[in-house]
Amino acid sequence: MLGRIGSGACTQVVAVVNTQQNRNMATLKHISMRLKSVKNIQKITQSMKMVSAAKYTRAERDLKAARPYGEGAVQFYERAEVQAPENDTKQLYVAITSDRGLCGAVHTGVSKVIRFRLQEPGAENIKVICVGDKSRAILQRLYSKHIISVVNEIGRLPPTFLDASKIASGILTSGYDFGSGKIIYNKFKSVVSYAQSDLPLFSQKSVEDAPKLATYDSLDSDVIQSYMEFSLASMVFYALKESACSEQSSRMTAMDNASKNAGEMIDKLTLTFNRTRQAVITRELIEIISGAAALN
Amino acid sequence: MALALRNLLRSSARRLQVRSYAAEAPKEGEMALTFAAGNKVFYDKQVVKQIDVPSFSGAFGILPKHVPTLAVLRPGVVTVLENDGKQNKIFVSSGTVTVNDDSSVQVLAEEAHPLENLDRAAAQEALSKAQSEFNSAGNEKAKAEAAIAVEVAEEILKAASA
Repeated sequence: MLGRIGSGACTQVVAVVNTQQNRNMATLKHISMRLKSVKNIQKITQSMKMVSAAKYTRAERDLKAARPYGEGAVQFYERAEVQAPENDTKQLYVAITSDRGLCGAVHTGVSKVIRFRLQEPGAENIKVICVGDKSRAILQRLYSKHIISVVNEIGRLPPTFLDASKIASGILTSGYDFGSGKIIYNKFKSVVSYAQSDLPLFSQKSVEDAPKLATYDSLDSDVIQSYMEFSLASMVFYALKESACSEQSSRMTAMDNASKNAGEMIDKLTLTFNRTRQAVITRELIEIISGAAALN
Repeated sequence: MALALRNLLRSSARRLQVRSYAAEAPKEGEMALTFAAGNKVFYDKQVVKQIDVPSFSGAFGILPKHVPTLAVLRPGVVTVLENDGKQNKIFVSSGTVTVNDDSSVQVLAEEAHPLENLDRAAAQEALSKAQSEFNSAGNEKAKAEAAIAVEVAEEILKAASA
């Protein structure tokens, strides 16, 4: 108890000394140290921007190829009017994020959609699969009992179909018998904008109960099962591509802003540094002159 | 009875579709093909004459107004007959075919390459490697994976030497 009070008083004293020091000329060294560190940070953010710009162009090119793929994969579910069963409340949400941060609100946006859903009533039967460490880091503190598995090592390299099929088989072998679900991902719109979007997930039963499935010819459950497994992999692949592209574009903007802010800080610090330097020189001159005057 | 019901469903679906389509969409009786793979997009809602696909329930050709169906692709050559009569042969490893009630067709493959990009020698090599893997496979899963690799390599070889 006493110790705690003692240490509190101490920190206060230190703080007072610090503010006094800031007004003193001894801070010249401190300013130059800070200036140097901000300059280094600016260099880092600038090069990160360059790297993500290069990665972004590639991701966008890949995305162009993946778009018809993703649209084709969901087309059947739309045309056959597959609907989630109303009496089955077991739902699965797949959050598509990545392991890497420093890219604006890309990951928080996806996690937020899921968090809002989990806050609503009837969320006990919802399970979440986190793709990428970032969504896990955001969700695990409050909703750890909803998370059934986590996929990491996403975002270092551009996503491939192999990654997607591994995730898809992870979803299928998770042992969670969901009635319906959603893949939540960031849909890329332009360099400066993206929005959270979702792709539907269905169980085999809900596909077999679809009203318009009768129009489809020569179907057996084997074909439907293989078809659904493959289309799940295709949808995950498409979502990964969209998310990778949004992430890189968002990181580019974030790093651009960071470099700009660092530039502003550098300007301000240089000004203070020069002023302080002049002040130190003036003070030293005054000291010398007044010393000499006192001798006379 | 079932047939009558199906016909009814189909005709009602067609009526719906006539009402909902915009001007630039494919016209009635035309087939819009989307053919995409993980590596490349070959056709994006392009109108074509005919598509031949290999599937696990047997190879079949798709003409406009084909009955809606789903199928799982097996390794083999997909032949697309374009509107100007040009034939385009593309090798696919696996994937799905969807024929919808609006005559649109989606062929989604895991990997697809034009036939002229296949190399016979490399396929031969891949085949012998897959076969040795199949023979040395320890458990069921590895064996099944190797069997798939053998099947794909055999088909590539067949397609490349044709």
